[in-house]
Amino acid sequence: MKRFLAGAVVVLALAASMPFFFHNEYFFFAAYVVLQFIVLATAWNILGGYAGYVNFGTGAFFAVGAYTAVALYKAFALPLGLQILAGAAASGLLGFGVGMLTLRLRGIFFSIATIAVAIILETVVVNWHYVGGAKGLPTMRPADTPFFASHTVWLFFVMAVIAVIAVGAARYVETSWIGRGLRAIRDNEGAAECSGVPTLRLKLGAATLSGALMGAAGAPYAQYLSFIEPSSAFSLNYAVNALAMPIIGGMGHWIGPVIGAVLLGTVQQVVTVTISSEINVLVVGVLLVVFVVGAPEGILGLARKIRSSRKP
Amino acid sequence: MPHVAHPAFLVLGAFATYLVASYGIDPLLAGLMLMPVFFVFGVAVYQFYYATFESRGTDQGLRGIAFFFGIAFIVQVGLILAFGVDQRLVDASYIGSSVEFGEMRVPQRMLVAFGVALALTTTLALYLSRTFTGRAIKAVAQDEGALRLMGANPVRIKRWAFGIATATCAIAGALLIVIGPVEPGLDRIYIGRTFCVVVLAGLGSMSGTLVAGLILGIAESIVLTTAGTAWAPAVAFSILLLVLGVRPAGLFGR
Repeated sequence: MKRFLAGAVVVLALAASMPFFFHNEYFFFAAYVVLQFIVLATAWNILGGYAGYVNFGTGAFFAVGAYTAVALYKAFALPLGLQILAGAAASGLLGFGVGMLTLRLRGIFFSIATIAVAIILETVVVNWHYVGGAKGLPTMRPADTPFFASHTVWLFFVMAVIAVIAVGAARYVETSWIGRGLRAIRDNEGAAECSGVPTLRLKLGAATLSGALMGAAGAPYAQYLSFIEPSSAFSLNYAVNALAMPIIGGMGHWIGPVIGAVLLGTVQQVVTVTISSEINVLVVGVLLVVFVVGAPEGILGLARKIRSSRKP
Repeated sequence: MPHVAHPAFLVLGAFATYLVASYGIDPLLAGLMLMPVFFVFGVAVYQFYYATFESRGTDQGLRGIAFFFGIAFIVQVGLILAFGVDQRLVDASYIGSSVEFGEMRVPQRMLVAFGVALALTTTLALYLSRTFTGRAIKAVAQDEGALRLMGANPVRIKRWAFGIATATCAIAGALLIVIGPVEPGLDRIYIGRTFCVVVLAGLGSMSGTLVAGLILGIAESIVLTTAGTAWAPAVAFSILLLVLGVRPAGLFGR
């Protein structure tokens, strides 16, 4: 635990000092996206990797966080910290709700329900004119920026803090009795229930935590882009990435989604800028299938295999 | 089998029909011609899926879903890259004209689609209940071990079923593009409709899907005319969630 805290402090200090080394705003812009994906991938992995319940609706949880933040900002001019908390709360509630509906059934029903929730919520938001409906809402960034020179850098730092919290939460879940219970559920839910694991409660807890973290990642979104509109906030891209990154990185350990997010996120940013953004999306899909078929344990699994084959 | 890529194959079928029809062939005929092609494609996909997943154990459920999701995504993006995001339609003699029934006017292409769909569903229902392979397909879903003891090879049966399912995507895709314009992002909406109909009917009930399809169609039309087009995509999914919450076995399921 102490090592993790120390590492977290180092990471945040590094993040805070970045503006002294990089002066190109695009670096922070892109890095924000990568950090955001670290949060989304880690959050997804809590339910998907540890417990085995696949969430296809990451876009919905993300967008709920974003739109909650926007709505509250428009109504009450809440500061960013409260927006993030509100976004997390809203998405956590959503995770809990979807869980209540479907986690009592077999795994695939939960996955289908997450797709359903994504489309339904997108339709609701499209019809909700207070937050702009289908044509979107331009949001103004607040005039003053605490601590840092530019707003982009500030948001980057905020997202770094959220990422550290998310990874910390995932690590806590993984190493505690909660993680053991989730792993038991993933391996054989019936046996877990018979052994006394409170399966429904653990699944609901994981779904709520996962949703809340995704909402927290989504809350700064409107400020980041100065504009929010449903089809990009609810984009299927988030779902595919949140699924692909833990699978590519490795689902069993909290560092897997981080590896996957950093790798895939950076590749995507590079491809978007150099080749085209449609190809970028195709790359994710292809990598996902390749890894699911060839390296199901992800990069962590490959590393483990290489290490064990080197032993005498 | 968690085949979430089915609607993607459906849209693929629609676009394939569009391609073939652009040579001047009637779209329904094009759909029929594409059926064997899609059957082979389906068999190939299943063979790949089986070799990499099912033969390695049953804890691969998550990977199976992820695999099909990836395939669906690749199909969708591939279609966008190949055809662009515009909508495509086809032309045929029965598109654009309507038939009068007393005071109502029904577009002819809807009637054609309805007729073909009805014929297809009835054929499939008969096939599943009257022929040996058909009954084997139903059996493999109920109890694979018992089926093996009865002398049928479950892998071959599942492969055959998957092939048939993909072949129906070809003709269904043709019907889709006959009814209205098609664009690559459509598979997201059709995932909802497909799963809604299947869950509402109850897994394993072929005749139930007709009833469920009708219910969904009527519900969507009502919502379309009362609340407006923006709410229509949510109807299928809302019904789906309702059924899952209230009666997960569906109307006719076991």
